[in-house]
Amino acid sequence: MLSLAAVSAGYGSFRALFDVSLDVEAGEAVGVIGPNGAGKTTMMRVISGLVPMDAGAMTFDGRSLDGLSAHRIVERGIAHVPENRRLFPRLTVEDNLRIGAFIPQARAKIAERMAWVYDLFPRLKERREQLAGTLSGGEQQMCAIGRALMSGPKLLLMDEPSAGLAPLVVQQVFDLVRRIRAEGLTVLIVEQNVQQVLEVVDRAYLLEVGRIHLAGSSAELKNNDLIRRSYMGL
Amino acid sequence: MDIYLLEAVINGLLLGGVLALLALGLNLIFGVIDVVWIAYADLVMCGMYAVYWLHVAGWPLWAASLAAIAGVAVLGVLVHVLIIAPVLRAPPINQLLATGGLLFFLQSFTTLLFGTDFRNIGVRLPIIEMGDIFISFARLLAFGFALVGAVALYVFLKRTYLGVAIRAISQDREIMGLMGVDQRRIYLVTSLIGGALAGLGGCLLVLQYDVHPFLGNTFGPLIFMICVLGGLGNMIGGFVASFIISQIISIGGYYYSTEWAYVLAFTLFIVLMFIRPRGILAR
Ligand SMILES: Nc1ncnc2c1ncn2[C@@H]1O[C@H](COP(=O)(O)OP(=O)(O)O)[C@@H](O)[C@H]1O
Ligand SMILES: [Mg+2]
Repeated sequence: MLSLAAVSAGYGSFRALFDVSLDVEAGEAVGVIGPNGAGKTTMMRVISGLVPMDAGAMTFDGRSLDGLSAHRIVERGIAHVPENRRLFPRLTVEDNLRIGAFIPQARAKIAERMAWVYDLFPRLKERREQLAGTLSGGEQQMCAIGRALMSGPKLLLMDEPSAGLAPLVVQQVFDLVRRIRAEGLTVLIVEQNVQQVLEVVDRAYLLEVGRIHLAGSSAELKNNDLIRRSYMGL
Repeated sequence: MDIYLLEAVINGLLLGGVLALLALGLNLIFGVIDVVWIAYADLVMCGMYAVYWLHVAGWPLWAASLAAIAGVAVLGVLVHVLIIAPVLRAPPINQLLATGGLLFFLQSFTTLLFGTDFRNIGVRLPIIEMGDIFISFARLLAFGFALVGAVALYVFLKRTYLGVAIRAISQDREIMGLMGVDQRRIYLVTSLIGGALAGLGGCLLVLQYDVHPFLGNTFGPLIFMICVLGGLGNMIGGFVASFIISQIISIGGYYYSTEWAYVLAFTLFIVLMFIRPRGILAR
C-alpha cells in the first residue's frame, strides 16, 4: 500500500534519513522504533509531504507521492497524527474535528464521520464544546486521532501517540490503536514504548541515525537480543 | 446630561463601527498571514475613489459601492500575490518595507491620476433630528453596514470550513497541510476578504469625508493603533479598542478640538503600550 524506496531527506545541508526503504501492506499495522533523534519524525513528515525528499521514491496505492504537497497527500488517503498531538488549542474539540474534514471528499461525509469518531471516543462527545487546550493529555490524544480520522484515511500515521502520558493512559492509547485497526485502517506507528508497541503491530523496523538497521515481525523482534537489551531493558 | 456631549458620544459610537470594521480586516490579515498591511487605509482610499468616480460617471450609489468592494477585494489579492507572497519568509522588517512601499505607491499613483484635490461625492443624505439631537444619516448608514460586515465575517469564520481553517492557521501554521488545507489558498481568500472589508470601509467613508490621495495618512495610523491596542491579530480586542478610541476622539473633540483629541488618543496609546504591551485584552 505504502512503499518507500531508498528515501533520503534532511533539513538544509543536514541529512536526517539515508536510503530508507519501508513497506506497509493494506490492513497491516507496522511499527518504527528507534532512539531519540533517529529520524522517525522526519520519516513521517517526508511521507506526509512536510519535508521534501532529496532522493528515492515513494508510492501509495501504486501511485507516486513524489513532490506532492501535504494537502494533496491527505486527499490521497493518508492522515497523520503528529508528534505532540498539535491540536489547535483555542478551537473547540468539535472545530478541531471539523478541520480534520477539510478536504472536499470528507466534507460530504462529515456528519457520519463525526458520529463515528464520537462513537469511538465518547469522551470527546462530552467535551465537544470545550477548547482543545483544556483537555487532559489522554483526551488530547483521542482528539488528535479523531481529527485525523475525520479525513477518512486508508492509512493512519501516528507519531509517538503514547509520549508524555501517564502509564495508565498509555495503556488506553494502545487499546485505541487496536480499535482503529479493528475498524479496518492500516497503521504506521512510531513509538519509543517498544515493549507495548510490539504487542499491537504485525511488523516493525528499527531506525537508528537515519538508517533502517533491522526489520522483522513483532515476534522476531521481541526475541531479538539487540532489541531486548537496548530498547526493552531486559 | 449635556445634549452636545450625548451627540458626541453617539457620533463616537457611529465612527467606532467603521473603525471596528477596518480593524477587523487588518487583524484578519495579520492573524492569518502574519504580515501587517501598513497600506491598509490606502486600499480604503482606493475604494473611496472607485465609488466617487463610478458615481460621477452616473452609476447609482449601490452599484458603485458593490463594484468598489469587488475591485478592492481583487486589489487585496493582487497585493498578496505581487507583494506579500514574495516576502512571506523574509524578515519582518523587509515585509514592513514592502507594504510601506505599497503605501507610497498608492498615494503617488492616485496623485498622478487624480491630483491632490479633495473630492466630495456630493450625495446629500438627510440629518435626522431626535429631540434636540442631530444625527447624520450617512454616519448611521455607515455604522449599520459596518455592523452587517462584521456579523457576516463572524458567521463566515464560525460556520464555514474556510472560516475554521482561518481561525486555526495562526495557532499552528506548520500542520495546516496535514489537515488537507492548502495554505496558499487560505492566504488568497484572506486577502480577498481583507480587501473586500477595506472596499466596504471606503464605501462608508466616502459618504462622510472628502477623498484625496493622502486620506490613508489620517486613518492608517488610527486603525493600526487600534489593532495594536487590542492586540495584533486579536479580532475581539480590536473591536473593543475601536470603540474606546472613537469615543476619545469624539468626546475629546467636543471638549477641546479634534487635533487635541488625536494627541490624547495617541498619548493614551503610548501609555497603554507600557502597561499592556500585548494589548488591552492580552491573554
Ligand atoms: N526542523 C529541523 N531542522 C533541522 N534539523 C532537524 C529538524 N527536525 C529534526 N532535526 C534533526 O533531524 C534528526 C532527526 O530528528 P527526528 O526526525 O525528530 O528524530 P526522532 O523523531 O527519531 O526523534 C535529529 O538530529 C534532529 O536534530
Ligand atoms: Mg520524533
